[in-house]
Amino acid sequence: MKIVKEAIAGTLESSDVQVKVAPSEGTLEVVVKSEVEHQFGAQIRAVVNDTLGRLAVSEGIVLVEDKGALDCTLRARVQTAVLRGGAVKDLDWSVL
Amino acid sequence: MTTSTKLRRSMLFLPGSNAAMLSTAFVFKPDSIMFDLEDAVSLREKDSARLLVFHALKLRNYRAMETVVRINPLSTPFGRQDLEAVVRAGVDVVRLPKTDAPEDVHVLEREVERIELECGREVGSTKLMAAIESASGVVNAVAIATASPRLIGIALAGFDYVMDMQTERGDGTELFYARCAVLHAARFAKIDAFDVVFSDVNDDEGFLKEVELIKRLGFNGKSLINPRQIEQLHNAFAPTQEEVDYARRVVAAAELGERQGLGVVSLNGKMIDAPVIQHARVVLQRAQASGVRR
Repeated sequence: MKIVKEAIAGTLESSDVQVKVAPSEGTLEVVVKSEVEHQFGAQIRAVVNDTLGRLAVSEGIVLVEDKGALDCTLRARVQTAVLRGGAVKDLDWSVL
Repeated sequence: MTTSTKLRRSMLFLPGSNAAMLSTAFVFKPDSIMFDLEDAVSLREKDSARLLVFHALKLRNYRAMETVVRINPLSTPFGRQDLEAVVRAGVDVVRLPKTDAPEDVHVLEREVERIELECGREVGSTKLMAAIESASGVVNAVAIATASPRLIGIALAGFDYVMDMQTERGDGTELFYARCAVLHAARFAKIDAFDVVFSDVNDDEGFLKEVELIKRLGFNGKSLINPRQIEQLHNAFAPTQEEVDYARRVVAAAELGERQGLGVVSLNGKMIDAPVIQHARVVLQRAQASGVRR
């Protein structure tokens, strides 16, 4: 899926995560900032990368600001931001 | 259809867009937890709430309790997408808001079945609940309650109903007919009946007075908007020690009679028949779930 415009999802409240996406040609850049980076940074990156992979996002800038979100919240926020910023006609629920 | 044996005293509403609440609400242990995608979610967050709930439904902690999702009406741009998400995520019960006629349930049922077939979920495994929120819905309550074998219950939703009736919430007089109509329809269809939310979370006395009323009328339970109300509600629905003792004697006498091949048994000279035994089992079920009333 191609990110065609800037989009944002989520909040900076505790237990949530805010995800911003923007278009970028040729590269995929993921930046993660988390209050629990030391403990869970690798896990957060793994969930973000897996979620982006399932949506076939291979280009773009993805900024993740985590406030202690569960994995399920992180997945939901990444998906929402990508779907808001992407050119989606028919959503395939089986990949979400 | 048969009368449900699942205990549904408390149905806790959770705004589908609130990540923090969705991450922790299972600790409150209501009988059913209801994620709301409708009125509690602003128009601009419908998509994000749908995805949050889609993933929350898959959490192991929520799989351990009955999950309900209130979707947006199917007549809106959001309703069908909500349904796709929650049926695929394995929700136990879909709650349809603003049910005015049995046709609303039929349309929902067809859509649910289509999605079940598409995603490989067992057909019929998604249960339904209809919320009655208008004069039309109350008048059609029996037809709505019997519209689908998937229905596990019907609920009265007070705010929209009193608006439709051109009145406002007060001491409960304004809901009297609707409560009785919904309750009778549910009992006729042998499904559960749920009462309205009590919105003033600081008025414990008013809440408990309303709980006592709806329990006496015969409702299975109540929709709740604050976790603090769960324990109060469960305690109010819990039987007294005397009721538990009597229920135990009734069940023991009934089991003895069954072993002896007797159709009707008596306890202390009073006949015990099937409804008395059934009621005794409900009393014991409630006691097992939340102890005796304090």
